[in-house]
Amino acid sequence: MAEPLLVEPSARTVARPTAAGAWMALVRSRVAAQASYRSSFALDIAAQALIGLVEFAEVYVVFSQVDMLGGFSFAEVTLIFGLATTAFGLADLVVGHIDRLPFYVRTGQLDAFLLRPLSALGQLVTSDFSLRRLGRVAVSLVLLTVALVVVDIDWTPARFVLLLVTPVTGAVIFSAVFIATSAVGFWLVEATEFANAFTYGGNYLSSFPFTVFGSVVRRTFTFVIPIAFVAYLPALALLGRDDPMGLPGWASWIGVPVALLSCCVAGLVWRAGLRHYTGAGS
Amino acid sequence: MALAGAGFRRWSTYRQAAVAGVFVNTVFGVIKLSILLAVADSAGGTVAGYDRVGLSTYAWMSQGLIAVVVIFAWTELADRIRTGDIAVDLARPVDLQLAWLAADLGRAVWGLLSRAIVPILFGAAIFGFRVPGDAAALLLLPVSVTLAVVVSFACRFMVNLVAFWTTEVRGPVTFYILVAGLLGGHLVPVQLFPAWLQAVAYATPFPAIIQWPIDLVTGQASGWAALGIVAAQLGWAVALLAVGRVVLGRATRRLVVQGG
Repeated sequence: MAEPLLVEPSARTVARPTAAGAWMALVRSRVAAQASYRSSFALDIAAQALIGLVEFAEVYVVFSQVDMLGGFSFAEVTLIFGLATTAFGLADLVVGHIDRLPFYVRTGQLDAFLLRPLSALGQLVTSDFSLRRLGRVAVSLVLLTVALVVVDIDWTPARFVLLLVTPVTGAVIFSAVFIATSAVGFWLVEATEFANAFTYGGNYLSSFPFTVFGSVVRRTFTFVIPIAFVAYLPALALLGRDDPMGLPGWASWIGVPVALLSCCVAGLVWRAGLRHYTGAGS
Repeated sequence: MALAGAGFRRWSTYRQAAVAGVFVNTVFGVIKLSILLAVADSAGGTVAGYDRVGLSTYAWMSQGLIAVVVIFAWTELADRIRTGDIAVDLARPVDLQLAWLAADLGRAVWGLLSRAIVPILFGAAIFGFRVPGDAAALLLLPVSVTLAVVVSFACRFMVNLVAFWTTEVRGPVTFYILVAGLLGGHLVPVQLFPAWLQAVAYATPFPAIIQWPIDLVTGQASGWAALGIVAAQLGWAVALLAVGRVVLGRATRRLVVQGG
């Protein structure tokens, strides 16, 4: 019988690689590719560090005019800024390039991803880790450290854990925003910029105390897109302050469930988008 | 003129992108203005000569200008240099720099119509807007915005020419956007800077791209000061275009030596 000839050869002759092994190989190859041009890589990291400093210049300029902004001091705003930009930098490093989805759609690369036995989202994410963004994260961490030294924090074990967990939950929330807004690209191929309002806009917004914003912006970025949980609300708990806008104190401590919920929503939006996708017609 | 028309038509085909762009500009405008208004509140109502309406006017003008003077990444020329298509451009019987400038002015008109007007109208309706009361400033405004596009183009042209030497321009372009945006007064008005940073900013051409045209509208500059602004913009435009030509000359000689 000729039947066995139709069986995929890899299924029989090659030991089936585990999914985890495949992911590790993908990630390793990306990291190796970026680090191989050492001087160029170092320059990229330095440039990213500079970006972080220029971003902080806005906070510096603002506090050259006033002592308090929305009821917060320079050091307190720096704490919020440090938490927010660390989280955003990490998210940008891991999933930031997902806003190139329309490019993958146009070139047909997405179809190649869909043919492989790994998730398309995972392959998109591992297609380009932007390690140079570590330069930006480094600046954020330095600013965060300086702020933590300068502001008066009444350290408790709970606050210490909150400090360690916050950059991670913040990065997860930003990643969910990246994925959910990029999935809109499945419907509107030319409208990638739309996502920027929530990703880069979210980064901008999260670096300042929410007391400066009007109620529409504040509610949207607390209850619809949970950017308030990235830095502002955890910072309130670290500083031992109540939300002047009247959110209960426990809101500062629920970053982890909020991050998990955001992931679920982002996953659903992504799946809906992928189901809507019918190819670029090539 | 024909090249400017082509530039306009080319960009006007991306309508979906324009709608998304207007949305993003508007969201960022609200965030920026919220921060500035909080600064004014802390400072007791006015800061560096700006009251609340003045800050709103500044914020929406600066958001509106984004697409006109291209505050963000522009690597078209660098892309053509990297791919070698620049050789075709150089062989054409028109001046390379002026041809690109003409196309850029056409793009700027489309940017003005598609992305500037809506955010400015939105901001004016919700947060208030000060129409310039000074006749001189009002008359000079179109000239000033045009010169801002020329100065911006001259800068971007040079940054893109870096591609003749390095091929990869992502780093220089990103650096340019950040420094030009900050020192040009795109995030915070230059008047709010501490004295030393103001001195640095005014030593660069970047305020000529963003802050100065806005000053004509907010009333920070009027009468002779308005005329001074336009004269300074003209000076920067001529000087930077001239330097760009020198750099281009050196770059193309190098290109020929390498056999392009």
